[in-house]
Amino acid sequence: MELILFYVFAVTVVGGGIGVVASRNPVASLMFMVVSLASVAGIYVLLEAHFLAAIQVMVYAGAIMVLFLFVIMLLNLGHDYRDDLVRGLYAVCAFVVSGAICGILATRFGGAESSALYESFPGAAAMDLELAERGAVSLIARPLFQEYVVPFEITGILLLVAVVGAVALAKKRV
Amino acid sequence: MLTEALTTSALLFVIGTFGVLVRRNAIIMFLCIELQLNAVNLALVAFSRYVGVEGQVFVFFVMTVAAAEAAVGLAIIISIFRHYRTVNVDNFNLLKW
Repeated sequence: MELILFYVFAVTVVGGGIGVVASRNPVASLMFMVVSLASVAGIYVLLEAHFLAAIQVMVYAGAIMVLFLFVIMLLNLGHDYRDDLVRGLYAVCAFVVSGAICGILATRFGGAESSALYESFPGAAAMDLELAERGAVSLIARPLFQEYVVPFEITGILLLVAVVGAVALAKKRV
Repeated sequence: MLTEALTTSALLFVIGTFGVLVRRNAIIMFLCIELQLNAVNLALVAFSRYVGVEGQVFVFFVMTVAAAEAAVGLAIIISIFRHYRTVNVDNFNLLKW
């Protein structure tokens, strides 16, 4: 059952990704992106990362995609149907580069579950036990606020800098 | 489920790379970069299911960086659009040699 659901979500993730690249209307592209992101959230649930699934839907599929949609509408690009693909040698290079990356990843990820490294992991059963004991939010909160508290605070500074930078850049006259 | 999740992640990453290389609309290229970030997140979550919860913490950081990047990048696109009246990257050639 879980595996069937996983395959349904995987097909919608990849289909949404293809839709993002293939559709000519930027708004349609964005809607495909939302489908893809929501399906990734579904895969997160199947992988028992419940907190991240909620964050994915709220922050990514909600806030960031609305920001993109807002900019597309603001710049009035919704009916910009001009063909904007690269042509000639660049297109061939794009096929070669993405094919090479695909090949490398395929050889790396092929036997992930049969490798020697996989045997040394705590495994899914241990993670399930910890999840049942501590709950989805507490599980991620403890390392976030103990071992990774300095990166967490730096993230706050990064967001502040991003807000100031966005306001300064998008202002009409500096 | 690890191999299947990693395969999905690899496919999503390749689609994102292809999109960045092939499209010339700056906003679509930006969307494809988000697609790549999502592929990496998916791989991290898939590994965190078996290795430990630290992978999910890194996904959390990647998401905040993606949000900051989206805000700044879209601001840059808006200010470029004010100058050139287009978001086609072929027209932005001031830094080319």
